[in-house]
Amino acid sequence: MSDEALRRLPVGSVGHKPFGWWGMLTVVMTEGSLFAYLLFTYYYFVVQYGRIWIPEAPSLRLAGPNTVILLLSSAFVWWAEKSAARGKTKAQSLGLAIALLLGVVFLAIQVLEWRDKPFTLGSGSYGSAYFITTGFHMAHVVVGALMLAAVLLWSLLGYFDRERHAALSIAALYWHFVDLIWLTIFFTFYVTPYIG
Amino acid sequence: MAVADSDRSLELQQSGAPARERLARIWEGEAGLRGWLSTVDHKEYGKRYIATAFIFLILGGLEALVMRVQLAGPNKTLLTPEQYNQLFSMHGLTMIFLYAQPVLSGFSVYLFPLLLGARDMAFPRLNAFSYWIYLFSGLFIYAGFVLGYGPNDGWFNYPPYASMRYNPGPNMDFYAIGMILFGVSSTAGAANFVVTFLRARAPGMSINRVPILTWGTVTASFGILFSVPAVSLAFFLLWTDRQFGTDFFNSGQGQPLLWQHLFWIFAHPWVYVVVLPAMGIVSDALPIFCRRPLVGYTVVVLATVATMVMGFGVWLHHMFATGIPYLALSFFSAASFVITIPSAVAVFAWIATIWTGRPVLSTAFLFFAGFIVMFTLGGVSGVMTAAAPADQQLTDTYFVVAHIHYVLIGINVLAVMGGLYVWFPKMTGRLLDERLGRWNFWTVFLGFNIAFLPMHWTGLAGMPRRIYTYPEGLGWTAVNVVTTIGAFILAAGVLLLLVNMYVSRRHGAAAGPDPWGGPTLEWATTSPPPTYNFAVIPAVASRHPLWEGSLDESGERSSLQRGMILDDGKEMLTTTALDAEPDAIQKMPPDTLAPLLAALAATALGAAALLHAWIGATIFTLLLFAALLVWLWPQRAMGQISEQAHV
Repeated sequence: MSDEALRRLPVGSVGHKPFGWWGMLTVVMTEGSLFAYLLFTYYYFVVQYGRIWIPEAPSLRLAGPNTVILLLSSAFVWWAEKSAARGKTKAQSLGLAIALLLGVVFLAIQVLEWRDKPFTLGSGSYGSAYFITTGFHMAHVVVGALMLAAVLLWSLLGYFDRERHAALSIAALYWHFVDLIWLTIFFTFYVTPYIG
Repeated sequence: MAVADSDRSLELQQSGAPARERLARIWEGEAGLRGWLSTVDHKEYGKRYIATAFIFLILGGLEALVMRVQLAGPNKTLLTPEQYNQLFSMHGLTMIFLYAQPVLSGFSVYLFPLLLGARDMAFPRLNAFSYWIYLFSGLFIYAGFVLGYGPNDGWFNYPPYASMRYNPGPNMDFYAIGMILFGVSSTAGAANFVVTFLRARAPGMSINRVPILTWGTVTASFGILFSVPAVSLAFFLLWTDRQFGTDFFNSGQGQPLLWQHLFWIFAHPWVYVVVLPAMGIVSDALPIFCRRPLVGYTVVVLATVATMVMGFGVWLHHMFATGIPYLALSFFSAASFVITIPSAVAVFAWIATIWTGRPVLSTAFLFFAGFIVMFTLGGVSGVMTAAAPADQQLTDTYFVVAHIHYVLIGINVLAVMGGLYVWFPKMTGRLLDERLGRWNFWTVFLGFNIAFLPMHWTGLAGMPRRIYTYPEGLGWTAVNVVTTIGAFILAAGVLLLLVNMYVSRRHGAAAGPDPWGGPTLEWATTSPPPTYNFAVIPAVASRHPLWEGSLDESGERSSLQRGMILDDGKEMLTTTALDAEPDAIQKMPPDTLAPLLAALAATALGAAALLHAWIGATIFTLLLFAALLVWLWPQRAMGQISEQAHV
């Protein structure tokens, strides 16, 4: 490589080049496996016990709209990252704030959903699987929301520009991942009982 | 000075004394206790990993010796059944979790940046964190043991024995929470290896020029990323079953067998996690003593990756005796036979390397040769247990115990000991004593075989594992006496290694940078290496940068004396994942206490959860988040903040 090309190497956390971006990809791999094993547990029970294992036809009344809310939050995070890349700092902070708000709304609706359930954590393996799996996911949403909050704070402090917004990209990747995981949980717990 | 000053000079430079002084000033940390606790130098943590793993090896060894005394004759009463249960459980989990994987992490943490021509791991602070939480997880489990609440259901901990009804003490809760903390450590370490391997290689070190040790470790790291969640989850669910009335593994509406699935989906790949990096040690170090490159680099790499991938498809062979359907038996039995093929590829590559080389019979070579023999024997008994009908006879007998020890001592311990003879000089600047080394090798090798070869017979004679004693007249007495004698000889061999390290550290012959005439980059720097590893970033033109003169494979030469200096603060080069083209310059973090504090907070959180102290758990969670926030706060000095921002 020529000296001239070397002189043009970017220095510091630019774009998706930092180690942290790649580190988050490994987090996605391992956390994705965690949820795969959680869902494996669900399907294992279904195979062992059949349909009667599922105590109720799961209602989509809250879970349906909540899924839309979570997907919308992902869209706003995507918009925030795009705005950062275009140097639009206000849109970037606004997108993060709305996404964070939607994340909190999702959590609140999940709590309502939990209250509605006719079974409990200890009333059999379906209840255990339901509350532990959705609980794990909610814990991930909480962590994601904390990330968004930190990134929003740094965004408001003016830390990010067109080139340097690695923390924002990394938090966004995690947030999209958590949303994607929700789709697999939603499909497993709310959709498969109707198609199986 | 701003981070990205456009007029900074990045020309290739010669490494000279002034540059070395500047780099030393930039990279060296504080002295004293605070410096010791806050350092992020990978070499420091590599040595700590190895030392800590050896302490656990000694503890696990002592536990085994006590058991061997109990088993030396029929109807002995040295131990109560409960004490015996705790000892074999602690022995197993200590060796498999707290020794076998961390010791290899130690080698890799120490060697990765040196082999790859980098200045540190991709995440130096995460490196520190994963060491500290490994240490704390071990102390956590041992705290239970010391208090009389050690795990007592074997290292694989099957429910319903492990459930609350049959095991009401806190024994299993210590194990469960300790293992979740340990899982955090191995996962953090794995992420670090993967990113370092993909993004921090010296320019020119394309993916087909990387030393095999790093291939082994990165393959195992992918294995960790995909498999450890299974066991962390299983232990978490076991804990909620025991403490909060969930019903995953109970025999009511739960499924005890689900535990076995989740456990072995993790634990079978784990077998490869604790051997692939060790096989990498041999693949890299054996050729040094054969004075030629490894035969079949590409097939060995492919075999390494293939072993790991297939390792995820054979977990059911640990469950052949559980009444699973015949179709599953046949499939997993066949898969278990097939997985021997890639392992055999590596064995033939090593034999061909010795055969066509000019072997130097050093102590390290003896260990590696012993390793190949033991690997083969352990492999053969593995093929025997892969056959479902044979396994149904052999399961839960001493035959399986013999098999696992041939595999783990053969492939892990012998490679580690050989590796120490090779790299101890790099770490300390002193050679280990060769004469003592021979005594060391032969005592270990003979003691090991005297202890474990008869154990195959013990198992075939029908002696079940995990019984605390046995009656007279079953024909098991003589073999057990021989095994006990062998165990003590093996222990004496390990002691010789410790003596050798202790004496040679001070009084060994000076090693110089390259005592063995090695081919890879770690031999291009001093022993021990300076904190910044390399004064200039080496540019690599072949697989064996230091053997280019004698091999003369191509006209190109690696550049080790002239290259980028990168002395504008703590800096490292990032390269592209496949071709290792320079991609960016990363700013590296300074020393910090954040990783230690985060590990302490996480461990305290585990302890609070164990005690159901929920206020404490909340406080420690908040402290953990605070430590992480400090850790991750964007820094101008690290180029993480916009150039225009006024901070």
